[in-house]
Amino acid sequence: MARTISYMQAINEALAQEMERDETVVVFGEDNVGGFGSPGEMDAWGGVMGVTKGLYARYPERILDTPISESAFIGAAAGAACSGLRPVAELMFVDFFGVCMDQIYNQAAKFRYMFGGKAKTPMVIRTMFGAGIRAASQHSQSLYPIFTHIPGLKVVVPSNPYDAKGLLIASIRDDDPVMFFENKVLYAVEGEVPEEPYEIPLGEAEFVREGEDVTIVAIGRMVSMAEQAAAELADEGIECEIVDPRTTSPLDEETIFESVENTGRLVVVDEANPRCSMATDIAARVAENCFDDLKAAPKMVTAPHTPPPFSPSLEDLYVPDPDRIASAAREVAGAGARA
Amino acid sequence: MSETQQISRLGMPKWGLAMTEGTVVEWLVEEGTELGKGDEVVEVESEKINNAIESPAEGVLRRRVAKEGEVLPVGGLLGVIAPPDVPDEEIDAYVEEFLENFDPEEAAAAAGGPEPETVEIGGKNVQYLKIGEGEGPPLILLHGFGGDINIWVFNQEALSEEGRTVYALDLPGHGQSSKDVGGGTLDSFVEVVSEFMDEMGIEKAHLVGHSMGGAVAGSFALAHPDRVASLVLIASVGHGEEINEEYIEGFIAANRRKQMKNVLGLLFSNPDLLTRQLVNDELRFKRMDGVDEALRTVADQMFPDGRQADVPDLSGLDVSMLVIWGRDDQIVPVSHTENLPEAAQVEILEDTGHMPQMESAGRTNRLIEEFLDNVE
Repeated sequence: MARTISYMQAINEALAQEMERDETVVVFGEDNVGGFGSPGEMDAWGGVMGVTKGLYARYPERILDTPISESAFIGAAAGAACSGLRPVAELMFVDFFGVCMDQIYNQAAKFRYMFGGKAKTPMVIRTMFGAGIRAASQHSQSLYPIFTHIPGLKVVVPSNPYDAKGLLIASIRDDDPVMFFENKVLYAVEGEVPEEPYEIPLGEAEFVREGEDVTIVAIGRMVSMAEQAAAELADEGIECEIVDPRTTSPLDEETIFESVENTGRLVVVDEANPRCSMATDIAARVAENCFDDLKAAPKMVTAPHTPPPFSPSLEDLYVPDPDRIASAAREVAGAGARA
Repeated sequence: MSETQQISRLGMPKWGLAMTEGTVVEWLVEEGTELGKGDEVVEVESEKINNAIESPAEGVLRRRVAKEGEVLPVGGLLGVIAPPDVPDEEIDAYVEEFLENFDPEEAAAAAGGPEPETVEIGGKNVQYLKIGEGEGPPLILLHGFGGDINIWVFNQEALSEEGRTVYALDLPGHGQSSKDVGGGTLDSFVEVVSEFMDEMGIEKAHLVGHSMGGAVAGSFALAHPDRVASLVLIASVGHGEEINEEYIEGFIAANRRKQMKNVLGLLFSNPDLLTRQLVNDELRFKRMDGVDEALRTVADQMFPDGRQADVPDLSGLDVSMLVIWGRDDQIVPVSHTENLPEAAQVEILEDTGHMPQMESAGRTNRLIEEFLDNVE
């Protein structure tokens, strides 16, 4: 398993392998192929970042470009999923969900419930999120908490190439609608990924690092930030345990609780805005379930309650970084035992 | 750095390709303790598993250089062993010189070792790892059900040290080999081993088989007696009908960390040896497409209805046989040692479960080395 590929290649490989395995898998979105009407050859683009590049040559009939109308093609994905296909639709930036939210939360998410369990909706919506590429506030938000709030949707936020491939394959094979969140800053990150297809079950957190002193729950790109903070803290004698939930819905609370029961201290790192977020949710679940184990109040490290700024210097301050995580961990580690 | 004839270095070992550092868990002896070669001195934890480090020489443990809880790179100095008459100043100078000159990156590069390779057998990829060079017949290590080359992480290099070539391979359906097991019969595995030997140009080999790999080794010896120099059977399948169905079915069913941890715990006398990394590695293997089907096929052939299907009669074999078993084996009962041919050398290890080559790695390695010395 020594092969190393990028997060983007891992996603591309998962799509290609599932299209190969199952001919009901179809892929569509804006510029997934070449951009409708664009000059030059097909497959010029492969999505705005090139994630779907190369798929057109292999499966020309099952990857298509859509008009710039999210309400139409996300609705089409929901309909296709109800009638026998396994669509993977690309919502270019999650920030655009406003124009297709009805199709997602009031249609796709409801079918299984409203048809007495007789309907399934095996659709995946791949979407980019996150700040850090100077794309301003309409292309940089971390909106997975909004979808986590909706029963009937599964929400996946992979933090590394290995997980990205296994979670996307599991998402495509899942019979419920899945929102698959790709942090755009992670696309170039490389890691070891097996060539074979494999599934990582939705709803299983991963221990990224083991430690006895502080539990850090980190999501998506924040996992690597937490790892940097943990390395720094280890030199000071504070051993952090990092838990990556991998999916926010279902959320593997059991693993988070297990870790907090050991450490008694919690820091949640979430790139989303601080109100009604994964950070508040996880802190609340821990407070409710592990109160007697807690030696300090949980801390949240999040973006501020503002849209992502366009100014590069402000954007860099906006995203949680290892220094902020380390300060929070020091603070909870320094808090004495509650009487 | 000169290691004098008298002073022996106790270094952080490298267990497997991925290991770059290890944690000192616990010193098992005090400074000043007299040690024989092979005595357990200190327990070390890699990402995957704990294991005791043994004294490389006779002497006194003069210094415990690494502290409990300390993380050391591969090759780092754990302690110093020397005869009692070596003056303290000499020991201190040795330690000082070592620490001054030690370069973790250089040591890691030196400990790099060979990487696994792939060979095509009957149209299917088979991964194998070759360590060491020697004149005599090589050793071939055969893992058991659900195992792979990594179960030999404490053994393969050690067994190669006295001038032997040691191969380990991933049987079909296992490790990084093809997931196509065909019929999944014992005979099909015997055929793979035979073709593997042909591909490697091996006329004759010592076969070391663990669990199901022991059954493969035994059946191979029955089919090709002239190609077997000796047999080492570790907690082997094929010597009685009982097998722990809970383990076989549990391993096939396990898809979550907790399930896998519980199932793998059955393999050890002391389940605390299991690390999260080992559990994760097994899950990574199990989650590959085709693995569960492959394991199902093999289990249905080899262990239908929770019994062993093949119990071949090895009594007619004219080949030296060493049998190693853990007293606390929960997968294949230690009582099966009674069903082996009279002439077999049987060694039962205390405080050891189904994985003697991991849980009592040093003792297992020494038994195999001594056995091979006698055979050769």
